[in-house]
Amino acid sequence: MHLILFFLFAGFCLAGAINLLLQSHPISSALSLIVVMTSLAVLYLLLGAEFLAAAQVIVYAGAIMVLFTLVVMLLNAGREERTLGSHAARGVGFPAVVVILGVLATVILKAQGLGVARLADGITSTEELSKVLFTELLLPFEVTSVLVLIAILGAVALARHGHGDPHDNGGADPLGNRERTADR
Amino acid sequence: MNLHLWLIPLLPFAGFLINGILGNRLPKALVTTVALLAPLAAFAVVLNAAQGFFGIGPALSSLPYMEICPQAWINAGALHIDFSFVLDQLSLVMLLVVTGVGFLIHVYSVGYMGDDEGYARYFSFLNLFLFFMSVLVLAGNALLMFVGWEGVGLASYLLIGFYFQKKSAADAGKKAFIVNRIGDFGFLIGIFLLVANFGTLSFSEIATKLGQDPGWNGGVVTVIALSLLLGATGKSAQLPLYIWLPDAMEGPTPVSALIHAATMVTAGVYMIARTHVLFDHSPFALGVVAIVGAATALFAATIALVQNDIKRVLAYSTISQLGYMFLGCGLAAYSAAIFHLMTHAFFKALLFLAAGSVIHAIGGEQDLRKMGGLRKKLPVTFALTTVGVFAIAGLPPFAGFFSKDAILYAAFAQGGGGRVLWFVGIVTALLTSFYMFRLWYLTFMGESRSHDAHPHESPWSILGPLVTLALLSIGGGWIGIERFGAFLAPSVGARAVEATGWQFDRTISLEHFLGLVAVLVALEGWLIADTFYRRKPARPAQWAAAMPAGYKLLANKYFVDEFYGATVVKPLLSISKYFLEWVVDIGILGGLAWLLGGIATLAGTILQRWQSGNIRSYAAWLAAGAAAVLLFVVIQWPALLTATLGIHLNGLGR
Amino acid sequence: MNQLFSQLPQEVPLSWYLLLSAALFSLGVVGFLIKRNLITVFMSIELMLNAVNLSFVTFAHQWHAVKGQIFVFFVMMVAAAEAAVGLAIIIAVFRARVTLAVDRIDLMKL
Repeated sequence: MHLILFFLFAGFCLAGAINLLLQSHPISSALSLIVVMTSLAVLYLLLGAEFLAAAQVIVYAGAIMVLFTLVVMLLNAGREERTLGSHAARGVGFPAVVVILGVLATVILKAQGLGVARLADGITSTEELSKVLFTELLLPFEVTSVLVLIAILGAVALARHGHGDPHDNGGADPLGNRERTADR
Repeated sequence: MNLHLWLIPLLPFAGFLINGILGNRLPKALVTTVALLAPLAAFAVVLNAAQGFFGIGPALSSLPYMEICPQAWINAGALHIDFSFVLDQLSLVMLLVVTGVGFLIHVYSVGYMGDDEGYARYFSFLNLFLFFMSVLVLAGNALLMFVGWEGVGLASYLLIGFYFQKKSAADAGKKAFIVNRIGDFGFLIGIFLLVANFGTLSFSEIATKLGQDPGWNGGVVTVIALSLLLGATGKSAQLPLYIWLPDAMEGPTPVSALIHAATMVTAGVYMIARTHVLFDHSPFALGVVAIVGAATALFAATIALVQNDIKRVLAYSTISQLGYMFLGCGLAAYSAAIFHLMTHAFFKALLFLAAGSVIHAIGGEQDLRKMGGLRKKLPVTFALTTVGVFAIAGLPPFAGFFSKDAILYAAFAQGGGGRVLWFVGIVTALLTSFYMFRLWYLTFMGESRSHDAHPHESPWSILGPLVTLALLSIGGGWIGIERFGAFLAPSVGARAVEATGWQFDRTISLEHFLGLVAVLVALEGWLIADTFYRRKPARPAQWAAAMPAGYKLLANKYFVDEFYGATVVKPLLSISKYFLEWVVDIGILGGLAWLLGGIATLAGTILQRWQSGNIRSYAAWLAAGAAAVLLFVVIQWPALLTATLGIHLNGLGR
Repeated sequence: MNQLFSQLPQEVPLSWYLLLSAALFSLGVVGFLIKRNLITVFMSIELMLNAVNLSFVTFAHQWHAVKGQIFVFFVMMVAAAEAAVGLAIIIAVFRARVTLAVDRIDLMKL
């Protein structure tokens, strides 16, 4: 059972990730990413992390990806256009990715002492998690909340209508370029 | 009792600082006061110190008296050098001369330089000179003496080139400094050899080491002595480095009197006397010293015969008399040399200052052919100059007789080669007497040949020091060489002179006989001068016409300057201009700089293409970097290197 | 049916989870390199973060360490903050350059 579930949702993950790469419209990529996130949530559950599975769905898929989608719609981003390429990306980047994948795979396959996961393995209860979170790791927890507050402030400050606003120039930016991504 | 020797250099140094930095803003009276107070105070300290030596007042804790600064100067391995001041009989005599005559010349300068714009600058330099000279005299080790040595050279340069707007003066200053540097090279070689062989530069320690080990004779000691001699010839204007002294007459006359007659040029003699132990152990070096001295004396005297500038005559006369002092040193008769140094300081300073008075009186004219008949118009100056001329000619009872006679006796009494040197000395004495009386006649006797119809006698600020010096020139020799030698013996060794052979009977000793010969020679010189310049004034021109080549040779100073110019200066200039400037400076150094700049620019141009602003390429390089780090961490490099390339890295197992 | 299911192996080696994580990470890097829209590039970054989260949870399972899961929690928080600020920046950039093409946002060159 575990195996089948694993294959199923791992497959969804990979399919979503590949789809993210292949799609040309950002909104499709965003939806694929949501698929990846939710599949990952199931995988967390399989590994016994129930709280994290919930958090994944609520925070990642439910908040962050919604934010992404909203921004895509706000900025009216259209299909990607063919722009100037980058020689470095192709020449240097791809070999680098291959190397990274290769090294990781080798290390993982050669590693000794990795166990197995079973459905019967206990689930880490939320109570257990919160006990450690609110006693031993209370400080990081509080600091994280401050971090989120700062992020909110920053986001508000940056996204406000203020400088850099294209004043009615007929849609041109302050530099006088009449560039817009093509509408759908 | 504490003599506070450090005050002797320090007071003039303070005078230098005050007058040098603030002099332009202070009223002239204050500048004068500061300038005069410094040497006077230094002289007072010296007098105070002299008490202990003459048995007056409290005795000194030790002789020689040493003051060592607690903070060591150089501590390099085995070499230890202090700031140490040593006062013994030799340095006491020198200091008395330096500060005493120095003070008198400062007083003279107040009157002489009173109208000059650079009044404060002049006195600050003069005080600076006193500072360095006292350091030189008081130094207890060769390195501190070298500091003073260089410093007086600097002061000399500053003062010779005092009228720096005049090109000839500026050139003369440079010439003096550069020629001195050549001599200093010799001094430095000597210092290095001393360090290498004795491990110390302290005079007392060197003397001790030489005394202990009988193996030190000739060889290294000769080389050291000859190097030091080279330094001395530079500073004391002997052959072959005398050429700067006649040119140094471009400086103000009091400067010529103080530095180039009484004190700085005697530094070479002092240095040889101070390091006499080295010379004593090397008869060869002593011989060289004596020959250099005698040859210079004769050489300079011949040139002085036909010079027309009053100061040039005195300059060559100084070189000649310094030759006598070197001769004395070369005969190991150091006390005789120092005796002559002292009396020479008196009468040469007197002569220079009197010449200055004459020049001042007739409105700046220095050419002897344009003087004359000043006897009636400048009676005091005339009387004082007469004293100086008698003294330098060696007529008793004036000072020059006793000191010159001491040297000549020491020469004669040394046998063989000494007799030759004595003869050279006697001939030089004849020439000296002749040219000094020539100067006397041309300046003061006969009819006036000058344009200025109203020569005025100088004020007493100028004449006062002259009177003092005249008195010293008269009585300065009466102490006699025996007493003087006995006084100096602890510092320079006893007179190593024994009469050999040729003894007369008891009534007339050899010494007296030689003295008589010297006096006769001096009188003969006067007689010849009288003939040439009073009774038969056409004679000089006739003789010059009869020996045109000889006259030309002498008048052009044997063309030595031209010779040096062609053989030394010109090649150096062309090397600098063609080789050093083009090949080294522009080619090598410039090329190197161009190369470095070029590499940096090239690297910049190449690396600039990496900063394209393209986010994707940045991302790609990021990924590459991450991959590299991963590889580096994961792969077992030692094993890999060993397996593939056979390189074995020790101790880097993983 | 249950019998059929129960006869299949009931355990999944943890190395497979890790391999999945590595694969997702690499796909994220590839996306970062080849996508031309700024927002999509950002999404690839989120994909990378998720891949890492997966490996954390895997190891937490391996050693029964709650702290591993708590770390994942923190990563999520930070990712949320980062996403907020990052998207705000993207909006600001869009206002300035009116383009979301990665290759056209190249003002920071020499």
